Amino acid sequence: MRGLLNHRLFPALAMSAVVVLLPLVFPSAYYYRVAALVFVFALAAVGLNLLMGFAGQVSLGHAGFMGIGAYAVAIGPTHLNLPSWLAFVGGAGLSALVAFAVGRPILRLKGHYLAVATLGFGLLLAIAFSNEARFTGGPDGMAVPRLAVFGLSVRGAQAWYWITAASFLIGAVLSLNLIESPTGRALRAIHDSEVAARVLGVDVARMKLAIFVVSAVYASVAGSYFAFLNGHITPDVSGFLRSIELVAMVVLGGLGSVAGSLVGAALLVMLPQTLTSLHDYEHMALGLIIMVVMIFLRAGIVPTLARALRRA
Amino acid sequence: MPAYANRGAVIAVLLAIWAGQACAQVKLGAVLSVTGPASFLGDPEKKTLEMYVDDINAKGGVNGQKLQLVVYDDGADANAARTFATRLVEEDKVVAMVGGTTTGATLAMMPVFEEAQIPLISLAGAVQIIEPVRKWVFKTPHTDRMACQKIFADLKQRNLTTIALISGTDAFGKSMRDQCVAVAPQAGISIAHEESYGPRDSDMTPQLTNIKGKAGVQAVINPGFGQGPAIVTRNYRQLGIALPVYQSHGVASKQFIELAGPAADGVRLPAAALLVAEKLPDNDAQKPVVVAYTQTYQQKTGQPVSTFGGHAYDGLMILVEAAKRAGSFDAAKVRDEIEKTKNFVGTGGIVNMSPNDHLGLDLSAFRMLEIKAGDWTLVQ
Amino acid sequence: MTELLQFAFSGLTVGAVYALVALGFTLIYNSCDVINFAQGEFVMLGGMTTVFLGLAGVPLPLAACLAVVLTVAVGLALHRFAIEPARDSGAVVLIIITIGASIFLRGAAQVIFDKRFHTLPPFVGGEAIRVAGAAILPQSLVVLAGAVIILVLLCAFIERTLIGKAMVATAANEIAARLVGIDTRGVVGLSFAISAAIGAVAGILITPVALTSYDVGTLLALKGFAAAMLGGIGSAVGAVVGGLVLGLLEAYAAGYVSSQYKDAVAFLVILIVLLAMPRGLFGRAPVERV
Repeated sequence: MRGLLNHRLFPALAMSAVVVLLPLVFPSAYYYRVAALVFVFALAAVGLNLLMGFAGQVSLGHAGFMGIGAYAVAIGPTHLNLPSWLAFVGGAGLSALVAFAVGRPILRLKGHYLAVATLGFGLLLAIAFSNEARFTGGPDGMAVPRLAVFGLSVRGAQAWYWITAASFLIGAVLSLNLIESPTGRALRAIHDSEVAARVLGVDVARMKLAIFVVSAVYASVAGSYFAFLNGHITPDVSGFLRSIELVAMVVLGGLGSVAGSLVGAALLVMLPQTLTSLHDYEHMALGLIIMVVMIFLRAGIVPTLARALRRA
Repeated sequence: MPAYANRGAVIAVLLAIWAGQACAQVKLGAVLSVTGPASFLGDPEKKTLEMYVDDINAKGGVNGQKLQLVVYDDGADANAARTFATRLVEEDKVVAMVGGTTTGATLAMMPVFEEAQIPLISLAGAVQIIEPVRKWVFKTPHTDRMACQKIFADLKQRNLTTIALISGTDAFGKSMRDQCVAVAPQAGISIAHEESYGPRDSDMTPQLTNIKGKAGVQAVINPGFGQGPAIVTRNYRQLGIALPVYQSHGVASKQFIELAGPAADGVRLPAAALLVAEKLPDNDAQKPVVVAYTQTYQQKTGQPVSTFGGHAYDGLMILVEAAKRAGSFDAAKVRDEIEKTKNFVGTGGIVNMSPNDHLGLDLSAFRMLEIKAGDWTLVQ
Repeated sequence: MTELLQFAFSGLTVGAVYALVALGFTLIYNSCDVINFAQGEFVMLGGMTTVFLGLAGVPLPLAACLAVVLTVAVGLALHRFAIEPARDSGAVVLIIITIGASIFLRGAAQVIFDKRFHTLPPFVGGEAIRVAGAAILPQSLVVLAGAVIILVLLCAFIERTLIGKAMVATAANEIAARLVGIDTRGVVGLSFAISAAIGAVAGILITPVALTSYDVGTLLALKGFAAAMLGGIGSAVGAVVGGLVLGLLEAYAAGYVSSQYKDAVAFLVILIVLLAMPRGLFGRAPVERV
């Protein structure tokens, strides 16, 4: 039993169980949709967690990559006549390219300076998406054609629930494997002390860039799903508030915990839905909950609870 | 168990269901941007809907049933709007919706209502909501294209043909700017220069300086809403630009005059008759409706009336009238009756819908107003 | 020439507000390594409280003083109830806490105040002053003067008073400061209080020009943060210079390049500056313990 709990893929197993059992309690399509949204954001959060939790690099502009993925599957079929799946892959590729090009210079910055640089990057993309109305439909956004696989178009919240859940689980497994691999250990070394890591022979710049690109691809895939799910995309998919939301999901769930990313995403996606009964007091409650969770569960929800359970 | 007990149980259950239906509440949905960048629009909309649903219920409801308003706040986020739309359809099981404060939110929600076959009356401004006409989607506010056409007509009357545009980069400003550019050629207006500003910017003097320096400009139009136009107007006077300036219906509330101060004198804009309720001639068909709405709104909220709340009023009343004519809240019947709305006197104008026109307003629904001495006046 | 001057006036006016917000960021960062994203809400509270007290009949000068006092109280409460309990957490956790605080304060402002825009009458006259063909509002000069005065007062406070020196000591090494008897908790609380006061004053000064509403804080926090980093976080002079430079960049980008992309241009320039000077304009290279 102890061996199962400690196995590196245990979180993925636990989450798979949740994914399979959850639909049994869903009364309507609305729940499937919210769950699908949770998985979409959780996927982006897992990628950001790799960057922030393991490599220790702060990014306040990660929603920019979500925007690239989202607009790729909107612009591709609409303006370039590409099939949706190709636009999907193309978006991920483009995000990787942009991450590579932008990451090289800005990853030389440290701490809050890196945060500002990524912030600027996210803002630049959001502004471009909003202004270039000819391609992007401007601030009102544009429609996203349905994804068609082998001639069948994917419709309905249920279908998307399974697709996004499966993608998230795959992403989580990849992430868990990466963490336990030599690359993952190198990342954690960089997080603890860049100088010491360099002394040990880790190519710090290359590692940071690699993980930045990987996290960008995660975000891009999540962004594409987001666009498909909504059927309509607006520039605030890559806005500052979205980026902050992603960072909050990662930190609330637990930096360095993959299951934590799912919990954090679930919290921030479901809270606005559950707090609607508070009407005018919704934002006060949201802010209060975030503060309270962070003060009392300092390491994040999942790590703190895991620690408490282990002690018990 | 004896057979009659079973039958008795079935009858009891059926009676209970029937009784339940008789005092059942009909749910109306509203997804509004009560917080966020469009709260300037969404807040009066919410207040209006709430106050008039209460009023209708106090008078006995519609078709013998009370209305229950379900309001969700999307914060001007299209994703949240879409989620709430699904929630309204799947969970709350609404029979219709009056809402969608912003165009982005409306566009995101339209497919949900079309698929569920539930009528949606939008409160957003862009012409693309009703063009192309979608079976289940209607709208009450005047389109941004109409605003451009009304302004251009006024410009032609004053013999001004070369203009400059300074627009907000928010959805409303951008959409109206696009429409103005599109209809300018056929109206005989040429656009000499364009500038833009962010909706939260606090100083527009660089942009206005560029406009001031451009030779040949005879008038300036400012598509935008919220605080931006007030700041543009103040900066305009600060720089001493004497050219005529036009605002859009996005500033249609007394608050604009308060914020812009003395700089607002001489500003013209197309707006619904609601803003000049008291000043309308007594034989104006809209006068009773707009005066009543103005008094009710200002009395209940203590804030000046705005056309955004007026559009919500129109949407709700069109829906209620349609339901009354249909005799039930069956979605398809209500939709058909909404489409048959004729000579409905609302705050925005007199509405005549048809299968090809899901707005029902023409240019006469817009009045050209000018601000004089801190108050709205009708331009004849 | 007229244009150049006009753009400069616009940039300096807006830049002065960014400078004050950046100053608030720097002050708190210096004392406890926290980036306080609720800084923008202090500005909002200053302006909105003054407006609403004024509407309730309180004479404006008194309303302004009360607004500053209230904002200082909020700043102290933020420190005492949100930051202090989580003292030993990582930087990112504290950032999220301040973000939660800013959401909370915005939500509270919606309920307590309202969602509309408001203005205050300008302090000195209303007509623009013409200088070489360019027009500047007297209120803009008030904002600029306010920023400079606050900077001077702050520097004097830090350099000349004992408490100021205690703040410097706490920033340099918290444990050592405690060992010599400095109440570091009090010092950090004081830095929050001063930051809140600076923010509130900025809000009151800028409202006659830029209007105020319950959500002006978000964008200001963003730009103030960028300005603080541009100037080099940790340097008060850097914060003010960073703010003014950011304002000027935006104005010149709007005037000469493209009004649509002015924010993008400004951020691009910040990025380039940071790549060339990774510690910002006035930042000192920190010593990293290996």
